[in-house]
Amino acid sequence: MSTTSTTSTTGTTGTTAFGTEEAPAADAPVTTARRARPGRGRKRLGPGRPVRYGWALGPLLLLAVWAAGSGLGLFDPRSLPAPWTVAGTAGDLVAEGRLQSHLATSAQRALLGLLFGVAAGLVLALVSGLSRLGEAVIDGPVQIKRAVPSLALIPLLILWFGIGETMKVVTIALGVFVPVYIHTHNGLRTIDNRYAELAETVRLGRWAFVRHVVLPGALPGFLLGMRFAVTGAWLALVVVEQVNATSGIGYMMELARTYGQTDVILVGLVVYGLLGLVSDALVRIVERRALSWRRTLAG
Amino acid sequence: MAAHAGGLRNTAKNTAKNTAKDTAEDTAGGRATVRIEGLVRSFGERRVLDGLDLSIATGEFVALLGRSGSGKSTLLRALARLDHDVAGSGVLTAPDHVSVVFQDARLLPWKRLLDNVVLGLDGPSAEQHGKDALAEVGLAGRERAWPVELSGGEQQRVSLVRSLVREPRLLLADEPFGALDALTRIRMHALLRRLCERHRPAVLLVTHDVDEAIALADRVVVLDRGRIAADLPVDLPAPRRHGSTAYAALRGRLLGHLGVELGETAP
Ligand SMILES: Nc1ncnc2c1ncn2[C@@H]1O[C@H](COP(=O)(O)OP(=O)(O)OP(=O)(O)O)[C@@H](O)[C@H]1O
Ligand SMILES: [Mg+2]
Repeated sequence: MSTTSTTSTTGTTGTTAFGTEEAPAADAPVTTARRARPGRGRKRLGPGRPVRYGWALGPLLLLAVWAAGSGLGLFDPRSLPAPWTVAGTAGDLVAEGRLQSHLATSAQRALLGLLFGVAAGLVLALVSGLSRLGEAVIDGPVQIKRAVPSLALIPLLILWFGIGETMKVVTIALGVFVPVYIHTHNGLRTIDNRYAELAETVRLGRWAFVRHVVLPGALPGFLLGMRFAVTGAWLALVVVEQVNATSGIGYMMELARTYGQTDVILVGLVVYGLLGLVSDALVRIVERRALSWRRTLAG
Repeated sequence: MAAHAGGLRNTAKNTAKNTAKDTAEDTAGGRATVRIEGLVRSFGERRVLDGLDLSIATGEFVALLGRSGSGKSTLLRALARLDHDVAGSGVLTAPDHVSVVFQDARLLPWKRLLDNVVLGLDGPSAEQHGKDALAEVGLAGRERAWPVELSGGEQQRVSLVRSLVREPRLLLADEPFGALDALTRIRMHALLRRLCERHRPAVLLVTHDVDEAIALADRVVVLDRGRIAADLPVDLPAPRRHGSTAYAALRGRLLGHLGVELGETAP
């Protein structure tokens, strides 16, 4: 961003990238000097280079507002305890071992749901993307499933699977597979047909075609789907744990609600938030590594 | 996506009746790599190729000229057997071992240069061949670069390498230099000629640049109304200079077949 702000002042003088403008002789040295620095003298329309640690900026700002509000007594501590109170409570919960055990349970549910959901979404997307018949069979039902929120299925799932772990994992998986399917499928269908022609002329077999063209071509879509999927997994987790559970972060929060322990609820919220943030960051790191061949605005 | 996958499904639904067997070295008709007789290709009611005959000898370099929309790409795609859903008939004999250079370099953006070059080849010798070939076109040391990191001319060189490294018996090129600037074009002409002399494939080069055709080819054919309307050998002395009278005469005849009166271009 710094690049953009410094150049915007000079950009108005009309230096072109091609240097074809006729500048008055007196101006000439100034113009050349400016042009010697790469990219100056032209307003950049892309977002520019990434800000270092930029991802932390927003959350830290939020934290600062919260802390300032509590310190100045703007928030009622019973509705919104101060950050330090919440931190203290978190410390106590960790000391008692409760936070870890709830977190472990929650993480296990989310990961299992994610695993099954992603696998299902990926396989369905490949089948439906690689054959017309598969598409005819699979795509319709998935679109129908997409229109029904997974959470609305919970009553049915409870009847089918009881209130145990299976129901929870299935609910999460059902929420996860839709974005993975949609984005992977979209990635598959938008692979340029010209690459398929190329594959034919270099005489790739079907499997080699899938490996060298289809899968890498669909990878950006799949990873985008993954980002929705990980966030979706935590969201579904919250709900299933608050509906019917005897362990997990959601249960801990639900229990705290009945005792009016706002600070514990906030600990739960912060943990959820951190989990979401961390898992999204992980997918983004994978994305950056796997898609280093792309040069986009994201940099 | 199913469209692409369907593209690989080769013969079953092919409405064009290719009798495309890999020709034995020399067919009865002589040393022909390509033999086309009465080729018809139509889109809807329009017959784009209408009983076209053409043969290309082994190692011969043929340039194909024609007005825009005359069916040059259609012919080329028929030879490359890329016209799966096109209606047509005729006899078409072409080797199985065909390489295509497209107008866009068509490198897979997610593969590094060397992997693009050896795409579909296997074995350790392929890698070495690929490296040598890249060096041959001045891209030594760039094997691990991504295609986006290359200029247009560099990408087209890689695409040329990709098609020649598999030693095709027939090289098909559809306006391969169309997107390049004049200077790069001249360099690419020299490169293409050198590579072709080395690998000796038969070549069919589609272009709408008469000078490019004369500069490169042994024979220039003009496609018009679905058939070969003119078939002229290029027997000019080695440095094919623009200035010579023979050159000007050939150029004039070709332009005439393309419907351009010389008076219009040379005042
Ligand atoms: N897939 C298609 N569907 C319908 N019509 C097509 C299709 N492909 C080509 N045509 C038509 O066939 C004719 C010949 O097209 P072709 O691409 O072979 O021309 P060309 O000689 O390569 O032209 P150019 O020099 O502009 O590339 C054109 O009129 C075009 O509209
Ligand atoms: Mg064309």
